[in-house]
Amino acid sequence: MSSQPENDWIDLLRDSRDEVIPAWTSVVEATLAGRMTTSELTNDIREIFDGLTAGDGRGSDIRAAAYDGLRALVADLGRTRARQGFSPTEAAVSIFALKTAVLELLENRADLAAYQAFAKLSRFVDDLGLYMFETYASARETVIAQQAESLLELSTPVVKLWDGIVALPLVGTLDSARTQVVMEALLQALVDTGSEHAIIDITGVAAVDTQVAQHLLKTVQAARLLGAECIVSGIRPQIAQTVVALGIEFGDIHTKASLSDAMLLAMRRSGLDVVSRA
Amino acid sequence: MTTSPSEASTVIEVRADSDVVRVRQSVRDFAMAAKLSLVDQTKLVTAASELARNTLVYGGGGEARVRILERTGVAGVEVVFADEGPGIPDVDLALTDGWTSGGGLGLGLSGTRRLVDDFELDTAAGEGTRISIVKWRR
Ligand SMILES: Nc1ncnc2c1ncn2[C@@H]1O[C@H](COP(=O)(O)OP(=O)(O)OP(=O)(O)O)[C@@H](O)[C@H]1O
Ligand SMILES: [Mg+2]
Repeated sequence: MSSQPENDWIDLLRDSRDEVIPAWTSVVEATLAGRMTTSELTNDIREIFDGLTAGDGRGSDIRAAAYDGLRALVADLGRTRARQGFSPTEAAVSIFALKTAVLELLENRADLAAYQAFAKLSRFVDDLGLYMFETYASARETVIAQQAESLLELSTPVVKLWDGIVALPLVGTLDSARTQVVMEALLQALVDTGSEHAIIDITGVAAVDTQVAQHLLKTVQAARLLGAECIVSGIRPQIAQTVVALGIEFGDIHTKASLSDAMLLAMRRSGLDVVSRA
Repeated sequence: MTTSPSEASTVIEVRADSDVVRVRQSVRDFAMAAKLSLVDQTKLVTAASELARNTLVYGGGGEARVRILERTGVAGVEVVFADEGPGIPDVDLALTDGWTSGGGLGLGLSGTRRLVDDFELDTAAGEGTRISIVKWRR
């Protein structure tokens, strides 16, 4: 060791390996309320412990090459905790609990040098905890993005109303990404079902701006190329007035006030008649 | 003292597609608080949606400021969009129905002017664009 042993906490840890690992594990375990088994936890913690003490005792910078292995472990732990759905606190405690464990150990000793070593360990563990947190946060963001994407797909139900007639009820706020997804889903459904009529119902849409209108117009054109005709239904009065003021022209696109009117039109166009039994 | 809607003003950063949705939602909240009619709410929300997207697409991002105005006892909602983008070189052209420099319908700006009661546009080449719109309660 150099004359200035910067990382004397490494010795502190090495000397008490058999006490620290179980103590560390039990602190973490107490916060996770049975969501991980003791042996899983002990494995995680033993690996981190060995990564910590694998350093050469020089410098206390977690970015140093000596800690490459440790950082990889800790990053992996952060990602795993994020995917397992652990809260930020529950994830952080895996690392910070080391301090509690070591401190408990020192409580029975009147050893000034050990306390000084602990102060350095404490700083190192803080850095390590923050490092783990970065990977935790970015993994959470990925999870959230994936959930948003699947919600996007969930909210695009194309329903078959009749042989040859499909309907797409649009609900809520249409941003660019969602509009794109729903319109593509409709075109795909036309191909899959071999339908020649599509009804796009916008009863549940809060506002139709130029972007939504443009998506609608493009979808109608694309559907025509597939040999299908679209009817837009559910245009509420306030939307109709807004669309007119904006100057959007729906041209030769058929529009109907209600979904049932649109359904009747589509049936008539496919050669069906709805008659009431006398 | 708590801030009632009539004193509050909200600033929304416009940096991504999802921010356009946030602007729309906020403008709708203010329009409801100002008791605009359903048609006027929809017109203002749609206008704000157009300007927010222009701010994002052409202005390279910016901000929207929403607040309630009071003029001789009449309430209104004001939305101000500001960006530090390239500015609009020819305002008359940009306000022409159907004119677009991108792939749009070219109806956002001209249509917005028809949807609102007050429309003010300040722009300078290389300095950005500021557009303020107001819808008054009838
Ligand atoms: N904030 C801005 N900064 C710079 N240029 C702008 C800005 N807003 C609008 N423009 C210019 O004015 C043109 C017309 O805008 P407008 O919103 O009317 O049409 P658009 O956005 O092209 O199509 P859309 O009908 O989908 O809105 C734009 O194509 C763009 O060149
Ligand atoms: Mg526009």
